[in-house]
Amino acid sequence: MKASETVPGPRAEDQLPHSTQAAAKIVIVGGFGVGKTTMVGSVSEIKPLTTEETMTQAGIGVDDDFGSATKTATTVAMDFGRIRISDEVVLYLFGTPGQERFWFLWNGLFEGALGAVVLVDTRRLEVSFEVMGRLEERGVPFVVAVNTFPDGPRYAVEDLRQALDLTPEIPIIECDARRRASSRDVLVTLMRFLHALMANGNLT
Amino acid sequence: MTPPQRQRRRPEPPPPPPPSPRQQPAAAGQEEEPKKPERLYTITGTDGDRAQLDLVTLIVARADPPSSATPEETAVLRLCAGPLSVAELSAYLRLPFSAMTVLLTDMLAAGTVHARAPIVRQTLPDRSLLEAVMHGLERL
Ligand SMILES: Nc1nc2c(ncn2[C@@H]2O[C@H](COP(=O)(O)OP(=O)(O)O)[C@@H](O)[C@H]2O)c(=O)[nH]1
Ligand SMILES: [Mg+2]
Repeated sequence: MKASETVPGPRAEDQLPHSTQAAAKIVIVGGFGVGKTTMVGSVSEIKPLTTEETMTQAGIGVDDDFGSATKTATTVAMDFGRIRISDEVVLYLFGTPGQERFWFLWNGLFEGALGAVVLVDTRRLEVSFEVMGRLEERGVPFVVAVNTFPDGPRYAVEDLRQALDLTPEIPIIECDARRRASSRDVLVTLMRFLHALMANGNLT
Repeated sequence: MTPPQRQRRRPEPPPPPPPSPRQQPAAAGQEEEPKKPERLYTITGTDGDRAQLDLVTLIVARADPPSSATPEETAVLRLCAGPLSVAELSAYLRLPFSAMTVLLTDMLAAGTVHARAPIVRQTLPDRSLLEAVMHGLERL
């Protein structure tokens, strides 16, 4: 980084008011190419930003007679957007890296999130299986948004529910991540689901 | 056409918190044995304790930059004239998230910034907050 003057900041209209007391986050997950970045971009009120993490990967399993681990540095990027809810509350949306093994890089990314949106693409449902399993293991509540790609097979919601092995209360909704209103509806569905979970005492 | 079939998983008990680097000094020149697959990866360039900063902890400047401020600190203080999340600071300063939290930990200790804790699921006070977010989104 050079002089501080060269660091761009939020545009004047993107600044949060001083009254903003707290921020919450929602994570958008799913396999590569399912539309996470698209959804963050369509519903965010700021131009999406990227936060990075650098890590070193020990070269375990590399063919090496002496067992001396090689290390490679890898940068993992996560894009995110923001929605101002009120003068006190702001909501952040994180489009997480598709590879679940990178999630731990960001403290509390899932543990602290209100909930998650799992995006699925009916052409390759299985790329989102691992992600759903991880959320279940961590007890993170989620809804499933089915991105409607024109060349994708269309399944009835109940067939999808069965294939994804989801309990009846988990919402499954169709969406077009490119459309702001559609992405907003997905987030509203998640919030209503969380609200119902809390009313039943099932939100941990 | 039949879709592929998934199998639901059960919640796992939360893993014990990782030991801090200070409690577990690695012997010099010796590779640490990875325990879980995730342990194959270590965040580069972190040392010592970091404040528990979340991606969405809001940071606010408390003071004008002291004359001793580094360019990074000066930039943080300028950007945080109003509240800004750690994630946004990391993006604008182009610093990895872990490096950003190290810098902010120092600044919090020096009292030049303060932090507003995030809203997290485990400690949601009541339904009104969920309702506020829900209604805010409905109005979009
Ligand atoms: N038809 C259609 N295309 C989409 C939709 N969402 C994303 N795409 C396209 O799918 C591609 C991958 O999306 P991207 O957001 O980069 O996926 P990511 O890897 O999950 O972040 C892009 O070319 C998008 O334009 C959708 O809802 N409908
Ligand atoms: Mg992406």
